[in-house]
Amino acid sequence: MNIADQDVNGSETIFHKFVGQSLKLDGGGELWEPVIAYRQFGTLNEAKTNVVLVCHALSLDQHTTGFNPTTDKPGWWSNLIGPGRAIDTDKYFVICQNVIGGCSGSTGPASEDPKTGKVYGLDFPVITIGDMVRAQSLLIDALEIPDLFCVIGGSMGGMQTLQWAAAFGDRVFSAIPIATAARHSSQNIAFHEVGRQAIIADNKWHGGKYHEHNEIPSKGLAVARMAAHVTYLSEGALHRKFGRNLQDREALSFGFDADFQIESYLRHQGMTFVDRFDANSYLYITRAMDYFDIASDHDGSLTNAFLGSQTRFCVVSFTSDWLFPTHESISVVRALNAAGANVSFVEIDTDKGHDAFLLDEPEMFDTLSGFIRSCADSRGLTNLVRNQKQETP
Amino acid sequence: MVDPRSKASGNISTARVDLEIIANLVPEGSRVLDIGCNSGDLLDLLVRRRGVDGRGLELSQEGVNNCVSKGLSVVQGNADTDLSYYPDNGFDFVILSQTLQATQKPADVLQEMSRIGKKLIVSIPNFGHWSIRLALLLGGRMPETKTLDAHWYDTANIHLCTLIDFVELCKDLELEIEHTITLSRERVNQKSGAPNKLDNLFAELGVFVIHRNES
Repeated sequence: MNIADQDVNGSETIFHKFVGQSLKLDGGGELWEPVIAYRQFGTLNEAKTNVVLVCHALSLDQHTTGFNPTTDKPGWWSNLIGPGRAIDTDKYFVICQNVIGGCSGSTGPASEDPKTGKVYGLDFPVITIGDMVRAQSLLIDALEIPDLFCVIGGSMGGMQTLQWAAAFGDRVFSAIPIATAARHSSQNIAFHEVGRQAIIADNKWHGGKYHEHNEIPSKGLAVARMAAHVTYLSEGALHRKFGRNLQDREALSFGFDADFQIESYLRHQGMTFVDRFDANSYLYITRAMDYFDIASDHDGSLTNAFLGSQTRFCVVSFTSDWLFPTHESISVVRALNAAGANVSFVEIDTDKGHDAFLLDEPEMFDTLSGFIRSCADSRGLTNLVRNQKQETP
Repeated sequence: MVDPRSKASGNISTARVDLEIIANLVPEGSRVLDIGCNSGDLLDLLVRRRGVDGRGLELSQEGVNNCVSKGLSVVQGNADTDLSYYPDNGFDFVILSQTLQATQKPADVLQEMSRIGKKLIVSIPNFGHWSIRLALLLGGRMPETKTLDAHWYDTANIHLCTLIDFVELCKDLELEIEHTITLSRERVNQKSGAPNKLDNLFAELGVFVIHRNES
């Protein structure tokens, strides 16, 4: 895969600043002159009908495929996106934007407030998934793209995908929400609260003003990541991978070192996360997910959110995902059916838990390839694309 | 759960003829829901040949995944429990092909179908066929045939009926049978209205086009 990723034709991160503009927020405030960091892959066709918008999950970024200069690794969805893959960059023009509130180039709590010249910190307004999607739509406007052939995302990216379909349905030809839900469950809010409290309890957080002290609440953020990471896996996957195996030792230490491989693995996950993620961003983005509830924006009815929708949906869940269990996807599917929308729903049998959406799941790739191909057919994209390819020497 | 139609694999030609007949009953461009669509053979036929706006509901995840990777709009679900989530008159045709006998509550399923669809197409294997009657009469054991070849204790077909039984159920549910197509050794017989006692003796399979009795 690593070698193939050198072949993905795409841009480095592009920073788009909305000069003289502000982004209105669900919380009532607004964000002045926001910046959106994004990457694009493949080629935009003349009719601008081949755009695929990829929405990222909580801890990810715009480096969806190609090479990620921050991690020195291929993009997080390079098994799905690239030449000849399910989202074929020889056919489609792929855009992935870092969400607002994020810390990979888009405006977030670690950015400078253009009005004060100081880092926002906790002065950054609380944002919602709706705000993230509205910001994305502004960039799509700025790029003069009328509508999107496909919006796809997993986990929080799936929430954005559903929000796109609910708020901008006429601009979304097809939508693929994966391992996600139309609202954040109580259990998920609970896990996020554990993470947030771990960050807030770290002395180095300094009431959110750690930038002024040149410190990072790295221990709190690492604990938040460790707890969250467990929710991304499954009991089966953990046991298969680590069992009760000991880490670099023959016997138990009768102390609190990382005796077990799983402890060492989690500590490593926590430590590497703090190098690439901002603690305040973690607070803001988890909050946005907690606030997410599409039905509440539509008189308590999820069906209302999708009435008259012309979007073609493909909902995907995983059997061992206990963070966004299949029944959450089924609720979405039932609402879409009740709204008379065109929906497919596939549950993939895997023991890899929530993270399965990022992993090598051939059944998921087959499903997505078939769905995207049939959407391309019904949008008349196939001929267009084929002609283009023939012109290429 | 066992797919009721996997047991029909011994008689592929009959199974295929069944699908062909149903496909020909559906006008081009209709909105269609295929309940128990299996791996999407019928739906594929309808979408590609008849240009219908087709959706499917299928119990087995394997079947669903096959359908979706073929580009068909299919969701995983159960005919007994999930039809209630579909809106009234959402479809021109709701199809149930050799699946009714495997549902928990056939009457409820038919009623839900008639709420969702303007017309229903239902096909059922005929348990009144002479060979089945003869097998029970002479053998004294639960009949097993080419199309119904599972033992009584492991069959998914828990609600088998004869063509006449089905006609009676339709009457009770105030559903009107517009016409019937019966199949016997690839001989196709069409008639308007319900089948008679002779059809009930000689048909292996019945395909019914049904609508709600609005009076």
